[in-house]
Amino acid sequence: GRRCCWLKTRPCRTGPGGGGGAAKVVAASLLSVGGGVGGTILYAQWDHKFRAAVEKNVPYSDSVFGLVLGPAPRDAGHPVRNQVSNSTDGELRRSKPGSSPCAMVILTSQTLVHVHALQRALSFSEHCDECHHVGSEAAHHGADSPAGPTEQLVERPAEEVSARLAQQDQDEQNVLAAVSSSLEESLACSARAALQAIGAQEAALQAINQHTQKLKEAMEAESPPEEKSVQWKDLEAALMDRTSAVTDATAALQKAKEALDGLRATINGSKDLKVAAVRPLVLAAEENLHQMVVDLDRVVAQVQSAEVESKIVSQYSDLVQEAKQQFQKEVSSLTPEIQANWKGLTGKLSTDDLNALIAHAHRRIDQLNRELAEQRVREQVHIDAALQQQKLEDQRVLERAVSSSLQHVKEEARLEQERKMNEVREVMEAEMRTQLRRQAAAHTDHVRDVLKVQEQELRAEAEQILSSKLLEQDTLHRQLTQEQLDSFTLDMNAAYARLKGVEEAIDSHLVAEDEARRAHQLWLSVEALNHTLKTAGTEEPSVPLDSAAQMVRDSCRQDDFASALAEALPAESLSRGVYGEASLRARFNSLRSLVLRVALIDESHNSLYQYFLSYLQAALLFEDQQAAPPTQLSSEDLDTFKLLSYASYCLEHGDLELAAKLVNQLKGESRRVVEDWLTEARLTLETRQVVSLLSAYANAVGLGTTQAP
Amino acid sequence: MSERELGRKLDRCLADGVIKLGTGLGLGIVFSVLFFKRHAWPISFGSGAGLGMAYANCQNDLRWHYLLHRNPKVALADETTQR
Repeated sequence: GRRCCWLKTRPCRTGPGGGGGAAKVVAASLLSVGGGVGGTILYAQWDHKFRAAVEKNVPYSDSVFGLVLGPAPRDAGHPVRNQVSNSTDGELRRSKPGSSPCAMVILTSQTLVHVHALQRALSFSEHCDECHHVGSEAAHHGADSPAGPTEQLVERPAEEVSARLAQQDQDEQNVLAAVSSSLEESLACSARAALQAIGAQEAALQAINQHTQKLKEAMEAESPPEEKSVQWKDLEAALMDRTSAVTDATAALQKAKEALDGLRATINGSKDLKVAAVRPLVLAAEENLHQMVVDLDRVVAQVQSAEVESKIVSQYSDLVQEAKQQFQKEVSSLTPEIQANWKGLTGKLSTDDLNALIAHAHRRIDQLNRELAEQRVREQVHIDAALQQQKLEDQRVLERAVSSSLQHVKEEARLEQERKMNEVREVMEAEMRTQLRRQAAAHTDHVRDVLKVQEQELRAEAEQILSSKLLEQDTLHRQLTQEQLDSFTLDMNAAYARLKGVEEAIDSHLVAEDEARRAHQLWLSVEALNHTLKTAGTEEPSVPLDSAAQMVRDSCRQDDFASALAEALPAESLSRGVYGEASLRARFNSLRSLVLRVALIDESHNSLYQYFLSYLQAALLFEDQQAAPPTQLSSEDLDTFKLLSYASYCLEHGDLELAAKLVNQLKGESRRVVEDWLTEARLTLETRQVVSLLSAYANAVGLGTTQAP
Repeated sequence: MSERELGRKLDRCLADGVIKLGTGLGLGIVFSVLFFKRHAWPISFGSGAGLGMAYANCQNDLRWHYLLHRNPKVALADETTQR
């Protein structure tokens, strides 16, 4: 309903009054227009192709659509297309779960190694087999890479290696010799010193024991006085011996200690050298040192114990001596006249003296009894004190002995350890030698194989080079022979060619003469043709050119160009002849007025009334009789009157061609009137052109034949 | 000669015009005298008709070249006869 109203141009109702009718008309038209626009917009919203078509055809509709509907969507999407995209999404989603086993393979090798190390550590059960292999390969690659750098060390050449080894051995030998010699020296020295010390110590021991013995004897033995004095003298001598022996012993001990220290230092120094061969020597030296130290210590301990004993004895003797002296003093104080050694004084003493002596003796006995009682009372305390002292002494001695024995034991243990270490070291050394030997054997095998392969390669290369060089030489030789052959052939050809050239020159001379004759003939015939053209009169055409053309054709049978040109003469000219320029000019002048009179007539304007107008125009328009044509014709020059004046000018100046061209521009009835004249003019021009070409050609040919070939 | 054609056509026109005018006039006179009680109008009518026919013929003749003709054979035949 609304659409058909939209298409109508007039309202359908011829209803009530005019004013109401107008309002109704306006309202109806507005409604229909609004409905149409609304409908268009709604349809455009649903169908995007329609929207695009409307936007293309109706200007400013795209802005309206943009305002109302928003920008146009990219694709002209139909609901059908959305379904297609939904289906492809569904497919993608379905394929994702299937890729998870392969996702593990896609991981980088590092993460793969980590992942699989973890997995192996935690012992998961789910693996793909591929991942296992890839993981193990990655692990192998990881292990191989640290070994790689070490293989890149450059191998020293064999001579250098052996030289170095020999040098090393030599150095070792030297060092060994030096160390052994030094060790032996110091060992010998220290052994001597130790022996000396031991001997001295033993001598001292002996002296001390002797002295002690003598002292004991002197103290205890009841012997006659002469022997006593002898005994005392011996005792003194023994004491002297002892002191000297003791000093000698201490000096010798000092020396031995120094020597031992020197030996220890030497041993430490040789240990610092870290040469393997000296170790047994060092070990032996250490053992010797230890032994010597042990012996020395033992002897020193003996000497010390003997000294302790002798000290006790000497103390005892001192005490006794002191008591004796005390007694002597008392006796002498009591009886000043009596001298020492009162045992021999039997008859000299008086009773007083005797009484005094006895009283003194009684007093002394009392005193001694008192002291004895006191002593008995205090004996426990004294014994305890003495025990304590002895204990302390014993403690000290024990400590000394314990420490020295501890040291000895430690030393022995260390030596044992060293021995054991040396054994182990030797075993390891032997093991390493066997391994190295094995490695060397493997290396030599590998090198042998590589050398073999290289030899083969080099041989193949050498053979290839040899063959290529032989080929080169062969081709070179062939090339040279070919060249020689070619040059000889060239010479032969050159000679032959020259002979041929000479023959040709002679022939060409004959030919040239022939040509010259023919050219002359052609020229003559063309001149005759030219002459016939000139026979055109003022009103009649020229003589038919047929005979002259025939002559030309006869004279140029061999010449294609000239015969073609001769054929190109138009048939009319041959049969009827052509008009001259003068007649054409006259004719043109006569038909010029006629052409002017029908200037306005063409296909659309050709009623009688137009004819009348055209005649009027020709009568009233004044144009130059002749006007020089411009070099370029513009559109305003294509007016009939102008063209005719240009053509007249051209004709007056003898330019038939340009006149014909200008006349060719006429249109309509003028053209029809001029058609015959134009045809005649064309004919004349054609003929003249052909004839001029022929004469030019004949001249050229004639000129050409006079030149040397 | 194409330049003479117009002259020929115009000659024909003129001759035709004279004939038709004369014929029309004559017929008009005849009819006026015979049937229309010597009114003037048949004479003017006849001469006018004659003149009109002559005009139409002349125009047609002059236009003839520019019109398309139904039967080419007939056209060619006419053209040759006209020439």
